[in-house]
Amino acid sequence: MKRLVVPLSAQVMLWTYAAIAFGPLVLVVIGSFRSNADILQQPVGLPDSVNLANYLRAWETASVSTYFANSILVTVGAVALCVAVSTMAAYALSRWRFRGRALLAAFFLSGLMIPAKLGLLPVFYMFQSMGLIDTRLGLILLYAASGVPFSFFVIMGFMRGLPTELEEAARLDGAGEGRLFVSVALPLMRPALAVVTVFQFAPTWNDFFYPLVLLRSDDKYTIPVGLTRFFGEFATDRATLFAGLVIALVPLALVFAFATRQIIAGLTAGMSR
Amino acid sequence: MRRLARRRGGYRANRVAWRWIAAFCLPALLLYGLFVVVPLVTAFYYGLFRWEGIRQGEFVGLGNYGEVLTRYPLSEEIPAALWHNGLFFVGTMAIQNTVGLGLAVLLYRNPRGKRFFQTVFSLPYLISPLIVGYIWSLLLSPSFGPVNFMLRTVGLDSWARPWLGEPDTALPVLILVNAWQWVGGPMLIFLAALGGIPRELEEAAAMDGASAFRTFWSVRFPLLMPAVGVITVLTFIGCFNIFDLVYALGGSDGGPGGAMDVLGLLYYRTAFEGGTNAIGESSALAIMIFALVFGISVVLERVLRRREVTP
Repeated sequence: MKRLVVPLSAQVMLWTYAAIAFGPLVLVVIGSFRSNADILQQPVGLPDSVNLANYLRAWETASVSTYFANSILVTVGAVALCVAVSTMAAYALSRWRFRGRALLAAFFLSGLMIPAKLGLLPVFYMFQSMGLIDTRLGLILLYAASGVPFSFFVIMGFMRGLPTELEEAARLDGAGEGRLFVSVALPLMRPALAVVTVFQFAPTWNDFFYPLVLLRSDDKYTIPVGLTRFFGEFATDRATLFAGLVIALVPLALVFAFATRQIIAGLTAGMSR
Repeated sequence: MRRLARRRGGYRANRVAWRWIAAFCLPALLLYGLFVVVPLVTAFYYGLFRWEGIRQGEFVGLGNYGEVLTRYPLSEEIPAALWHNGLFFVGTMAIQNTVGLGLAVLLYRNPRGKRFFQTVFSLPYLISPLIVGYIWSLLLSPSFGPVNFMLRTVGLDSWARPWLGEPDTALPVLILVNAWQWVGGPMLIFLAALGGIPRELEEAAAMDGASAFRTFWSVRFPLLMPAVGVITVLTFIGCFNIFDLVYALGGSDGGPGGAMDVLGLLYYRTAFEGGTNAIGESSALAIMIFALVFGISVVLERVLRRREVTP
């Protein structure tokens, strides 16, 4: 008897928490299909019909489409740059022997403990002198740079565990260093690259602090800063706000759906250090 | 850290021409050095001078540090913000990490549907803290928010209130919303740690007649200490770096009466809404926050590491 009861209550608790975790998101999604008047009258309820008017309004009138395009550009640019430079550095430091190697690795890894955001003010003045204020390129460079320690950490850890026989065989066959890296090592590193890409994607897409300070003009805003503007403008129009929030969530929901395994691998990689 | 860079026995690292080494290492080095390390060093340097707007004035040594700590209103805002960060950390440890542990134990014992629940519980993890803040400020809004609506519907009218508009409830709400977002983290770490504990230990305890609670508390929990240590340090760093969520829930002033004002907001206000010496003062503040967070994390890690046991 006891055996039956314990799992049942556990199931109940698990489902209860699932409702707590998921419920608010469901309320937002449902709200995005309802009309504003309806929401103000009856905060919780189902939509009368599925209408996409809110989405159209958020996308066009509230220029969420611009913010969205900027976010895509900045995120893809930053993640690609970050993964590229970190992969090359991790490859060199794990496969080649040279003076200062340990020191350089320690230098990269020290960034794991540095709150980079406290350097914002110097970054601001540096950007001003370099003409990078209010540019998407500035953000790309900054995000790529602050992602280096984590990416380097994960790829380096992966490379240490990777056997070198294939590379040695290719070297005996006369492959040059560039060829070795591109045709032999890179394909083997794919799992680590996937984890790093997913893990850089979310914080870059989500960041609010840097663009809040470093961007000036509307047409360059990324989604998070754009949303603060949007929230000011549409403060009373709940339905449009909900639709805007859903749009901002879509890319991450897609990442999550396709990369759950990488996400869990990345979480445990980042935490078991 | 060094261990990672050291050559592991078994394979021979190769000697390669310097131009290859430079080509592979310099891009990362330049990017990281220029945009992460240099600004932090510069912040320290800035903090040693008086500033008139953006013009660098005389060298004042640690004068800005003294000024920040003694001049009104910062002299009152700093302790208040520190206190809020502290409460936030304690509350998060008590709620988020306890719930995380509970969920991990439940999933460990009931592997059915583990993957599904694991995914659902950690779903909010990926959402921007800013968006999380906006979602909850809509859900908690005084008259048209679903939360108050549901409370009224079930007859708890007296419980309905402007949750984020009252100094008494603002900080607890902040703690709960933050826990809602991050609970997946501790859950996954605890789950991984539970999986690493040998079954024989529990079976031995059960054969000796220990109750389920006793088995957990005396056998499994001590073996979870490494996970507790990692989570404590990560929670500490997260709680003292918080910015986006508070900004979304209460604006840059930290909500009603500054009830949610934290160090991150204070740094932001000092740097970008401060007076003529904003650069000097905010840099000094940044270095102090950095020293505090970094120092305490190191101490925490030491203390917690000492309490670890190995199976």
